[in-house]
Amino acid sequence: MFNWLQNISDFLVFKAFGLEKQSHLAEALNFFIYDTAKILILLFVIIFLMGIVNSYFPIERVKNYLSRKKLYGLEYFIASLFGTVTPFCSCSSVPLFIGFVSGGIPLGVTFAFLVTSPLVNEVAVGLFVGLFGVKTTVIYVVSGVLHGTFSGMILQMFKLEKYLSPWVKEILANAQKEQDAFLQEKQSFKQRLPIITAEALKIIKGILPYLIAGIAVGGLMHGYIPEGFFQQYMNKDNLFAVPISTVLAVPMYSNASGILPVVQVLVAKGIPLGTAIAFMMGVVGLSLPEAMLLKKVMTWKLIAIFFGTVTVCIIISGYLFNVIF
Amino acid sequence: MEIKILGTGCPNCITLEKRVRKVVNENNIDAKITLVKDIVDIMAYKVMSTPALVINEEVKIKGRVPKVDEILNLLKL
Repeated sequence: MFNWLQNISDFLVFKAFGLEKQSHLAEALNFFIYDTAKILILLFVIIFLMGIVNSYFPIERVKNYLSRKKLYGLEYFIASLFGTVTPFCSCSSVPLFIGFVSGGIPLGVTFAFLVTSPLVNEVAVGLFVGLFGVKTTVIYVVSGVLHGTFSGMILQMFKLEKYLSPWVKEILANAQKEQDAFLQEKQSFKQRLPIITAEALKIIKGILPYLIAGIAVGGLMHGYIPEGFFQQYMNKDNLFAVPISTVLAVPMYSNASGILPVVQVLVAKGIPLGTAIAFMMGVVGLSLPEAMLLKKVMTWKLIAIFFGTVTVCIIISGYLFNVIF
Repeated sequence: MEIKILGTGCPNCITLEKRVRKVVNENNIDAKITLVKDIVDIMAYKVMSTPALVINEEVKIKGRVPKVDEILNLLKL
């Protein structure tokens, strides 16, 4: 699909810049040009498509649906699934949380949504397709959704309502399964299109510096680190690799765009995919700024339980991936 | 006219505030602009995504940053 892009980048590096084939610099540069262009194209396509879905699926509709229907346990899965299409900005997590809770949606279902939303977002998916290919992306998305589902179910079992902040408990006590009337934008697809496109471009513009830095670092490593270099340190038999990389990843803030290109090179150089994905999920799914925001609605104890459960789930899926691949 | 901008202080909320102030200043609109940062107050408007733009206690825009001419249209009504 992207042969033409490889040709352009080959042409630029070997012909236009006159660099010698097989030299480290040429390989690094070629990788850099090809990867940047390819990823940007795929990112735009994915963000754009998800933007369309999201434009027709506003969060209020999701909330009303979840609080209206009796779903017999399926609600965790559905909440998690909805989490994939809603864009996630960490500053929205609190209003979302309150909106769900006040709509009478169980805490566990809300958590299911809260876990998947940052984990499977348009930027992460776009980068995954560009860097690892469709098959790995599908596996990542499916496991992300299951991840949210199970984390939510587990958290529901703990009966955590008592650890919410007092003002949230009050809301919870008055929660009604009311159907909030919401401002619905009555716009035709033609009217929506420019907004969606502008939004997609804005997101890409925002992550571009991190992405380029990440690909540049990846490109350098690609050219200079020998194949299979990490295999001796982080192979599948090393049982500590998954938990260590997950725990290291949690405090890192969500800049997937800078970290993913580096992770891809690490995988190419011998780090098992499961370990790498566990690391990714830790970076994207959990972050300290998010914890600070959630502090407004939860006690530290609840945040710790929430993060702890998700971390354990990430570690388990890391091992699973390593077994499968 | 009373304009409120709801947002916990993320970059998008700041952009929205700047844009609204610009529109108000450039068009000499008589308006009082308030920033609502406290989450308890924000939730009183039942928005689930920020930033949101509230004009005369009515939520007009939420979850996105509107363009300058869209803001102007809303303020002129």
